[in-house]
Amino acid sequence: MGMTISEKILAKASGKQKVEAGEYIVGKIDLAMIHDLTGPLTLNVMKEVGYDKPWDPEKVVIILDHQVPANSTVTAELHKQLRSYARKHGLKNFHEVGRQGVCHQILAESYVKPGMLVVGADSHTCSLGALGAFATGIGSTEMASVILTGEMWFRVPETIKFELKNRLSKGVSAKDIILKIIGDMGVDGALYRAAEFVGDGIESLSVDSRLTICNMAIEMGGKTGIVNPDKKTLEYTGTKGAPLRSDPDAEYASHYEMDLSKLEPQVAMPHSVDNVKPVSEVGEVEADQVFIGSCTNGRLEDLEAAASVIRGRKVKDGTRLIVIPASQRIYLEAERRGYIREFIEAGGVVCNPNCGPCLGGHMGILADGETCVSTSNRNFLGRMGSTASKVYLVSPETAAATAVEGKITDPRKYLR
Amino acid sequence: MDASSNRIMEVKGRAWLFGDDIDTDVILPGKYLVLTDPNELAKHALEGLVSGFSSKISKGDIIVAGKNFGCGSSREHAPLALKYAGVGAVVAKSFSRIFFRNAVNIGLPVVISKEARDLIKEGEKISIDLEGGFITKEDGGRLVVDKYPEFLLEILKDGGLLQNLKRRFDKEAKT
Repeated sequence: MGMTISEKILAKASGKQKVEAGEYIVGKIDLAMIHDLTGPLTLNVMKEVGYDKPWDPEKVVIILDHQVPANSTVTAELHKQLRSYARKHGLKNFHEVGRQGVCHQILAESYVKPGMLVVGADSHTCSLGALGAFATGIGSTEMASVILTGEMWFRVPETIKFELKNRLSKGVSAKDIILKIIGDMGVDGALYRAAEFVGDGIESLSVDSRLTICNMAIEMGGKTGIVNPDKKTLEYTGTKGAPLRSDPDAEYASHYEMDLSKLEPQVAMPHSVDNVKPVSEVGEVEADQVFIGSCTNGRLEDLEAAASVIRGRKVKDGTRLIVIPASQRIYLEAERRGYIREFIEAGGVVCNPNCGPCLGGHMGILADGETCVSTSNRNFLGRMGSTASKVYLVSPETAAATAVEGKITDPRKYLR
Repeated sequence: MDASSNRIMEVKGRAWLFGDDIDTDVILPGKYLVLTDPNELAKHALEGLVSGFSSKISKGDIIVAGKNFGCGSSREHAPLALKYAGVGAVVAKSFSRIFFRNAVNIGLPVVISKEARDLIKEGEKISIDLEGGFITKEDGGRLVVDKYPEFLLEILKDGGLLQNLKRRFDKEAKT
C-alpha cells in the first residue's frame, strides 16, 4: 500500500520509512511562524518556562499582520514585544511594518517549499498545503514548545480525496469551489483529516487559486489542505527536482468529486461557513460594506478579478468598499497594473496590507444591524464586530459586483 | 487559578449545556485578542451566548456541548478565557483539533463523549475521572469517555505543556 503526500511528509519529518493514518509521531519542524496576536502569548509562555532561545533562528518567522500599523497602545506593546525578541536572538525573518503582509501570504511568497512540515500560530496556516507542504495551525503554548525544541507530536491524519474535474466557467473562481465543498461537507466534515485536492481541475488552477482553496480546509475542520506539487508549484517556490507526491495506491478515508464546469458562484450565509447557497438562490441582500482581501482572497489574481468587474463603474451609494492587498509585494504590483487606482476611482478605499476587518480588529468593524459581503473566510456571529451584524462570504468577483449594485449580485453578467 | 496546581485527575462541577459547533469567535471574540492577561480574557468568555457567563459560573463547572466544540481560530485565548473564568473541563461529542490541543496544553481538561450531551441535564452535578476515563452523573450512572494517549495524560497531569516543558528543560539543564 502506498502513502499519501501527507503521510510521506510526516514520515520524512519523523525519520521513518512509512507511517500510517492514526499513528502518533514526533516530527521535526521545518518552519514555525508567529504573528502579532498569537506571538506575544508564546513569548509569555517561554518567559514562564525560563528559556527563550529558538532551536533554529533561521526557521522562526515573525510577521506583524493582524493590526498593522499598530492601532492602539495595547497593540503597539505587542509589536514592541515581538520586535525586541527578534532583535535579542538575531532573527532575520522578522517582518516589520513596511515588509509586512498577511502571514500566510508572506510564508507563501518567501519561505515555504514543497515537502516541508510547517506550523503557524494561526489556524489558516493550512493554506500553505497549496505548495505541497504539510502545514497546520497550532496554539501559542504549543508554539513555545516548538520554538524551544524544534519538534511537535502529530497524529497522522486520514486523508479525504477531493477530485476536481474539468474547468471553471467565466466569473466562477477558487472561492466558489471551496465554499461549495464546505457547504456539502459541513463545518466538521473533514475534522482531524487532511483534505487533498487532486484532478485536472486543481491542476488547471494557479497557485494563487490553490492557496484560496487550501486556506479554507480548516473551515470544515481539516488539519491541512494539500495539493500535490507540479510544475506550477516548483516555479512558484523556485525549487527543482522531484517533490513528494501521493502514490497512486495510497489509501483514502473517503472520496469527493466535483465537476467544476457546472459550478456557479456560491455564497456562505450568516452565521456559519457551511450555510452555503448558489448566488441565484440568495435573494435580495443589501450590503453596507464590501471587503476584498484577507489570506483567502487578497492575492494579485483576486484583485485582478475584482478590478475587472469594477473597471469604469462606481461603488453604489450606500455601500462602502474596502480593498486590502495581502502583501506589500501584491500591493506594489496591483499599483503598477493600475488596479489600485481603479478601486479608488470607483469610490473604494484601499488600505495597507494586513488582516484588516476580517476578524473585527480594525479597518471596517461592523455596527449593529450592518451587513458585510466579504471575501474572507469566517462569518461566525460577531466575527467582524457587533453580534447584531451579518457577514456573507463570497468570491472577489461576487464581492466586486456586489459593491457595484449595493446588493449580492451574480458577477457573471459583468464578465462575459 | 494557580498555574502550579498539578495532578488534575478529577473534575467536579455543575453542567452547562451548549449546542454544536461552538466556535472560537463566540468563545472569545477577536476584538479581545489584544488582551494577554488571562483574567481579563476570562471576563469575556462566551459573552455572546450567555451574557455575564464568567460571573454566573462557579469554579469547576463543566461545559457539556455537542459536536465540533472550539471550531475556527487557533487562538489559545479561547480555552484560556474558559479556564480562567473557572471552567473545570469541557465535555463534547467532538472537538476541533486545534482547540483540543490548546486546551490540553494549557491544562484545561477536554473530554470526548458521544452520549454526555444527550444524557446530562442542565445544572446537573457531574464528576469526571480523567485517568479512569468516565463521567459520573448525579444519579450515580457512569458514562464512558475516550481515553487519552499516555503522553497527553502526562501533560494534563503536569497541569499543561508549560509545566511539562519546564520539568523537561530544568532536568536537561541539571544533567
